Amino acid sequence: MRHGKYRFIIGFLAIPLALYGVLVISPFVQDFQISMTDWSGISSDKKFIGLDNYQKLIHNDLFWKSLSHNIIMLLVVPLVTLSLGLFFAFMLNVGGRRRGSAAGVSGVRGSSIYKVVFFFPQVLSVTIIAVLWQQIYNPDNKEGLLNALLGNLGLASLQHAWLGDKSTALACIMVVMIWANVGFYVVLFSAGMASIPTEIYEAARLDGAERGTTFFRITLPLLRDTVATGWVYMGIMAMDGFAFVQLMSVNNGGPDESTDVLPLLLYKTAFRDNSQFGYAASMGVAMLIVTLIFAVLSMRLSRRDRIEF
Amino acid sequence: MTTNAVSVENQKSAAPTAKKTTKRNWRRSEGGVLNVFSHGFLLVWALMVGVPMLWVLWSSLKTSGDIVGSPWSLPTHLHFDNWTRAWNKANIGQYFINTAIVVGFSTTGTMILGSMAAYVLARFEFFGNRFIYYLFVGGMAFPVVMVLVPLFFVTKNLGLLNTFPGLILVYIAYSLPFTVFFMTSFFRTLPTSIAEAALVDGSSHTRTFFQIMLPMSKPGLISIGVFNILGQWNQYLLPIVLNQGDSKNYLLTQGLADLATQQGYAGDWAALFAGLAIAMLPVLAVYIVFQKQIQAGLTAGAIK
Repeated sequence: MRHGKYRFIIGFLAIPLALYGVLVISPFVQDFQISMTDWSGISSDKKFIGLDNYQKLIHNDLFWKSLSHNIIMLLVVPLVTLSLGLFFAFMLNVGGRRRGSAAGVSGVRGSSIYKVVFFFPQVLSVTIIAVLWQQIYNPDNKEGLLNALLGNLGLASLQHAWLGDKSTALACIMVVMIWANVGFYVVLFSAGMASIPTEIYEAARLDGAERGTTFFRITLPLLRDTVATGWVYMGIMAMDGFAFVQLMSVNNGGPDESTDVLPLLLYKTAFRDNSQFGYAASMGVAMLIVTLIFAVLSMRLSRRDRIEF
Repeated sequence: MTTNAVSVENQKSAAPTAKKTTKRNWRRSEGGVLNVFSHGFLLVWALMVGVPMLWVLWSSLKTSGDIVGSPWSLPTHLHFDNWTRAWNKANIGQYFINTAIVVGFSTTGTMILGSMAAYVLARFEFFGNRFIYYLFVGGMAFPVVMVLVPLFFVTKNLGLLNTFPGLILVYIAYSLPFTVFFMTSFFRTLPTSIAEAALVDGSSHTRTFFQIMLPMSKPGLISIGVFNILGQWNQYLLPIVLNQGDSKNYLLTQGLADLATQQGYAGDWAALFAGLAIAMLPVLAVYIVFQKQIQAGLTAGAIK
């Protein structure tokens, strides 16, 4: 029996663990090794150069520029996405007309239809979303959906080369990232809000609490864990803005490197510009460090909240 | 909207004077104003999401000239030939089939291997159990892009670069963390008595797993299955790095990106929109049919 148990455990774990070890763990470890070589790929010619790649990285302006774009995304995209998600979820679940005195709180009519529509972008691939928005942002005043709309509304002065102007390109890409993700958080927070007992809302209402107070004093504190998880998810997603930027930006990170992000810089360094694999690997390690700092900071912040309430 | 704001102000200033008598009325009208207000915002966002998608659909039936000339106009004739051109000439059909093959195998593999590992980790005590569990779960926190360089060479050295089996194995490996995490907590919620009864009756561990535990975990398997199908179907980064070979072997996401960049000189906008529509419709159809399971599957991990 006991012997059978161990044979069974090994039999069930061997393949998944082997696959995971070879394709996930080993690349992870190798990334550190490769980052300390001057490897340029094709030949097996790898020379150990210590921390030279990191030295080079620190003095690379484009690295800092890309990192700053990542950090802007890391702060703006989750903040706006989660705020909109919370706002819409609150409207859907608690924002409805208060009917009679018996019914406590209710969502607006048709809330399930809204949820279905809001969630649409979440099931589409980033490729579809990015190509679609590229057409919406089309700089031509007659061809682009957005510019044509502005023209039709008599707002021709607002027409703009959205992705072609370095002052708006990054913001336009972030808008798409937000657009694509809000629906997920509406559904997530709705599920969370639905699990808050209505008695609590009723009690607040009897005490004369307004909706705004209800939201900030009851809904938000009770959803804090879900919001915190959402924040980390969204942050990791924003850190990997690769597909959005690669597909939408002019010249892969342009114009004038105004939308370059670390994952794209890594991709270009490794697979476009003379295969500097060692250098690209050091960017991977840098990303790992940034992600870890973000995760630790987020956990710290949410823990401090817990004491306050 | 300004009128709404004004009326709220009026109501508020009026309220204190006749507090007791009008309190109920005030509440009700506050609800009314807020209802209009919330409907307004919700409707605007619904349009922002819905209109671009409808735009792709109606544009895919227009001529390239009409798409470029007047993006907001509805099609005068329904040009379904755009769809056949995208399917055949732009290879969208081929890419579609390629993606179906890869995702079919990779999702099946993920489900089988993921639940096998999760079952053992959830139900058996042995040395190293926790270590292996955290090894898997830790993988959730890191984007794949960080290990792109070594991953490229690992697959190359194994002779798996630019092959479907290579993509399938990589998809499985990178889907394991979340699948193991999710299924482990799911198996823990199942009662132990039934499996014990089966073991007493002489069923082997393997048979107990496949014939009793797996059928019992159907709801969990559906949720995580939907999650994996969508995630793998929509994967873009892995194919552009690990599947750069013959363009006949491209996946749908790669093919669409390729089609979009080609339009710069080819100018067949109608085919591009038809390609987008072909890629979009099946996913949206599946979503509308299975929306409950999909929403549950995608949000399940975050709620836990």
